[in-house]
Amino acid sequence: MPNVMELKEITKIYGTKIQTQVLFGINLAFEEGSFNSIIGQSGSGKSTLLNILGSLDRPTAGDIIINGKNTKSLSSKELSDLRNESIGFIFQFHYLLPEFTALENVLMPYRISKKPITKEVLDYANELLDIVGLTKVKNNLAINMSGGQQQRVAIARSLMNNPKIILADEPTGNLDSDSTEQVYELLRKINHQFGTTFIIITHDRHIAEKADRIVEIKDGRINLDITKANA
Amino acid sequence: MKLAFSIAVRFLKSGKIQTWFIILGIAIGVSVQVFIGSLISGLQKSLVDKTIGNSSQITITVPSGEYMDDYSQIISNLSSNVEGIEVYTPTITARGTLLEGTDTSPVVMRGFTFETANQIYNFEEKITEGRMPNSINEIVLGIGFKESLNIELNDQLTFDVPTIGTTNVIVVGFFDFKVQAINTAWAITTLNTVQTALGVGDVVDSIESQIEDGLIFDAVEIAALVQTQFVNNGEGSPEVSNWIDNNEELLSGLQGQSISSIMIQVFVMISVVLAIASVLAIIVMQKSRQIGILKAMGIQNLDASLIFLFEGLILGLLGAIFGVALGLGLSYSFTTFALKADGTPVVPLFIDPGFIALSAAIAVTAALGASLIPARKSSKLSVIEVIRNA
Repeated sequence: MPNVMELKEITKIYGTKIQTQVLFGINLAFEEGSFNSIIGQSGSGKSTLLNILGSLDRPTAGDIIINGKNTKSLSSKELSDLRNESIGFIFQFHYLLPEFTALENVLMPYRISKKPITKEVLDYANELLDIVGLTKVKNNLAINMSGGQQQRVAIARSLMNNPKIILADEPTGNLDSDSTEQVYELLRKINHQFGTTFIIITHDRHIAEKADRIVEIKDGRINLDITKANA
Repeated sequence: MKLAFSIAVRFLKSGKIQTWFIILGIAIGVSVQVFIGSLISGLQKSLVDKTIGNSSQITITVPSGEYMDDYSQIISNLSSNVEGIEVYTPTITARGTLLEGTDTSPVVMRGFTFETANQIYNFEEKITEGRMPNSINEIVLGIGFKESLNIELNDQLTFDVPTIGTTNVIVVGFFDFKVQAINTAWAITTLNTVQTALGVGDVVDSIESQIEDGLIFDAVEIAALVQTQFVNNGEGSPEVSNWIDNNEELLSGLQGQSISSIMIQVFVMISVVLAIASVLAIIVMQKSRQIGILKAMGIQNLDASLIFLFEGLILGLLGAIFGVALGLGLSYSFTTFALKADGTPVVPLFIDPGFIALSAAIAVTAALGASLIPARKSSKLSVIEVIRNA
């Protein structure tokens, strides 16, 4: 399988007067359609890594190649477009727009791409809500939904533009164990159904172990990188 | 654009109370603008009208004892060469004494051509008794004479012009100019009554005029134009005076009023702008999380800024609409309920659609301007900061 995302010698230093180096020459590549987890203790640099992977943050040095494009040479507008087309985000705290309904939240990445909303697009959004089991509450405002429901809306939203890569930061971080299991099953299902690449940051060993590949970050370096034999 | 607009609308709708408070704030600012503006321009207009509305605004006079015999020629010449003057009227004045039995009273006998003079003085409206003179030796007197000479309608009086002689005149009416000095001094009559009393031919001693509406404050320039006509024609130089030079105090009063009204409006505007700017800045803080999410999903910085510009625009437009309505309502109730004994408003308001449109436009521009800062902030907002601080 070709790589959808590649990191080459990524370093990240925060601060100007007092410098804190968070990442030290990270080299990583993710294959298309793979299901990866990144684990590490808090402060290990895994969230910084995810932000850099998602082009939300720029590295101090090194190259990121997303979908064959080196992000270094892209303007912030081009980077926004790349993010909109190729990457879906799922955050720990859902980050839905509380002023909008579930369906509107799911449609938002598509609206940001400024393409007209056709019946097909609307059907697709409804289908995604159906996949995450929220058809009944699709017209509820995000603010009026439970945590698990909101996280599932966020998952549906991350799929809206058919991105090649989905980045998830502690997607089950504040869910109970039943919801955690459901969300995991859902992500796996999407991985199989759409061939979407998943990169999941998690504390949860249980989730991490279910991934095809586990990358452990320790003190800003890759400590462990195991790919399951059957993956 | 569409996306930014719909997000802006949704943001505003999600905080209804806050939104209405801002709109109310802008509306009050605009209504004060409209009300004060209409009030002050109404005051000024009525003051100018009362003071100079019924008098000559540019006057051409020859030195005492001299007369103009070619006055119709002068008027037709001025009418075709000087723009901005609505009407000219020739007049001639004789000073003398009115005698009724043993009672005497000094009088200024003013002869007019009524077709044109009425456009300046509105004599018809000021007649309280009787009618306007329409043939020689008929006069209308100020009501002040009624007491001083103890006379009534149709009384016959003698008009004595020193060193020239006496004429018999008949009182056909009384007028009230609401100015004591005129009511007790003027007699109004036809041109030829005065010409006859003075023993002169068809001559006048001055030409009075009124300036077109809207050009009233250009009197000095117009008067200078009139003066040039005489120089060009080499007809000697009569004196050309204008109301502005004759009413310096009134004018400085009006200017003071204008300046203070502008000051009030500027400060109202500043407070509206500050209010909008600070509220919008708070909204950006409140919505920074949403902006962060939108940015993570790939919204362009420009669109993120547009959200707040649209918020400013919507708030400004609604505020301006309600403000104009409120201001007009306030003005209307002021003219309807604050009345003098005779039923006319205490202060006549002058509603100028252009001024109202300007106030509204300023408010919208101010709201838009005030939203520039939050828009910039929004565009600069880093997704990482938002996610970290959540």
